[in-house]
Amino acid sequence: MSFLLGSGAGFSGDRTDAAVAVVAELIKRQQPSALVFETLGERTLAAAHRAMREDPESGFEPLLDELLAPVLRDCLDHGIKILGNFGAANPGGACQVIAELAAQLGRPEVRIAQVHGDDIRQQLHGLDLQRWEAERLEMPGDDALISANVYLGAKALAEALAMQADVVVTGRVADPALFLAPLMHHFDWRWDDWDRLACGMMAGHLAECGAQVSGGYFADPGFKDVPGLATVGYPIIEVEQDGSLIITKPANTGGCVTEQTVKEQLLYEVHDPANYLTPDVTVDLTHAEVRQLSPNRVAVTGIRGKPAPERLKTTVCYEGGWQGEAEISYAGPNALARAQLAAQVLRERLVFRAPAELRIRLDIIGLASVFDSDSGELQRSASTSVSGDYRLRLAAEHSERRWVARATQELLALYCAGPAGGGGVRRQFQRRVFTASYLVKRSDIYAHATLFESPTQEAHRSERYAAS
Amino acid sequence: MLQAEPTQTSMRAPASISLHQLAHARAGDKGERLNVALFAYEADHYATLLEQVTEERVLALFSHRGASRVRRYPLPNLAGMNFVIDDVLQGGVNGALNLDGHGKTLSFLLLSLEVHL
Repeated sequence: MSFLLGSGAGFSGDRTDAAVAVVAELIKRQQPSALVFETLGERTLAAAHRAMREDPESGFEPLLDELLAPVLRDCLDHGIKILGNFGAANPGGACQVIAELAAQLGRPEVRIAQVHGDDIRQQLHGLDLQRWEAERLEMPGDDALISANVYLGAKALAEALAMQADVVVTGRVADPALFLAPLMHHFDWRWDDWDRLACGMMAGHLAECGAQVSGGYFADPGFKDVPGLATVGYPIIEVEQDGSLIITKPANTGGCVTEQTVKEQLLYEVHDPANYLTPDVTVDLTHAEVRQLSPNRVAVTGIRGKPAPERLKTTVCYEGGWQGEAEISYAGPNALARAQLAAQVLRERLVFRAPAELRIRLDIIGLASVFDSDSGELQRSASTSVSGDYRLRLAAEHSERRWVARATQELLALYCAGPAGGGGVRRQFQRRVFTASYLVKRSDIYAHATLFESPTQEAHRSERYAAS
Repeated sequence: MLQAEPTQTSMRAPASISLHQLAHARAGDKGERLNVALFAYEADHYATLLEQVTEERVLALFSHRGASRVRRYPLPNLAGMNFVIDDVLQGGVNGALNLDGHGKTLSFLLLSLEVHL
């Protein structure tokens, strides 16, 4: 019988009602299964650490309650394991929230496990670190350091499941390891069975971004049409003992699982397809094939594995100064010339109103923006129509907040002192986070799991003990 | 959906069409490195992609963004290829002033290349 992996979320900020249809399908199938929430982007952890400085009881996924409340009781009642990196910077805090939620739902006996070992901020400078090959940034000084976390593999998570955890809470782990762990636990694959590990890891890779394999980040009307994108079904992957994979989605949901959606996600964020590095296995996709079996069912075969890399990737986050943005619109006759004049006025003023280190960029949205370079080459070469609906956007960066505030305030002042008919100014600025990637020795990292016991659970256990 | 002007093509240069008509693509990022996976809709067009969507052309397409190197990994089983493009994100999610620091929109810049059939 196959094991089913369901995705409940693919990033922090994802739809919070997505897991409901997935869990309904998992219950209907009556097979061993797990539901995974992947909510931790490269820099989400830095935001979590900053939040914890303000409030020590925060630091985990802010929407945790909203994500789990609709499905936790069903999962507990039907033996569907839940795994999530929603612990972020404070896995213990997330465990506490889940314990309270379970108690409210009438399931105080929930077993929650916490994975430890990814946070290496304290020992960072004693470690043998190598720079990741595409990394350009130098290691920051201690005062700028926000967080340092290793991408852990699936072992400690499988260990948590072996402790009969119902819910496994992690901080930083390799996203697909959240999916590999329940497979390792269920199928009892060996940790050097590279081909199976590679299949399990790629099952995770395909599902970890949620809807991206089932019609999300895909639709291109007239070329790649996707039905029901507003109710897109998040993926379910059927995995067999031999490692074979079928990607599908819940019945009665929108979206689609096709050879095209699966191929796009198979290569998502992959570099050399013969050597896709993960903490538990190096994956070779060069022999992979995808085949549509029936509507919304696609098989992936030919995934091969090789020994895991010797070092583990670590992401270090540190303070990156300030960034601000501000925008103003011009529309109708001669709008482009007015937007261009506004840009010129801003450039001239910022020369004497801000220090030379202020880095700025000006886009004219509607003419050229996201494809353009910082110096605006495409804007200058674009063939233009004079009238239209254009929006001038300023982005500015400086180590000090006041200069970023000044730059955006200069755009605001275009209301009265700029070209005719400028309207709809929005401005905002915030701290930036820089991240840098390093490689650490596997032997320097101690990943392990413990069962969490909340004060309420402890009391509950004592009561039972007293009663017996 | 192909472009018009089917008549008297024998005397003309081969018809040029947008890559968007023949292929689909998805972009992803890690730091300052972008990958764009490109797949032919029809396996028959894979050879055209292989011949015409070269590392050189892709490097030229992204040169205004400071691309320093392009590597192409062909995947014949998938009728596709993976492009890894270095230093194209002008700071990436860390340092970019671009609205799209991840480069998620850039798959469609690749698809704007012209190819000949």
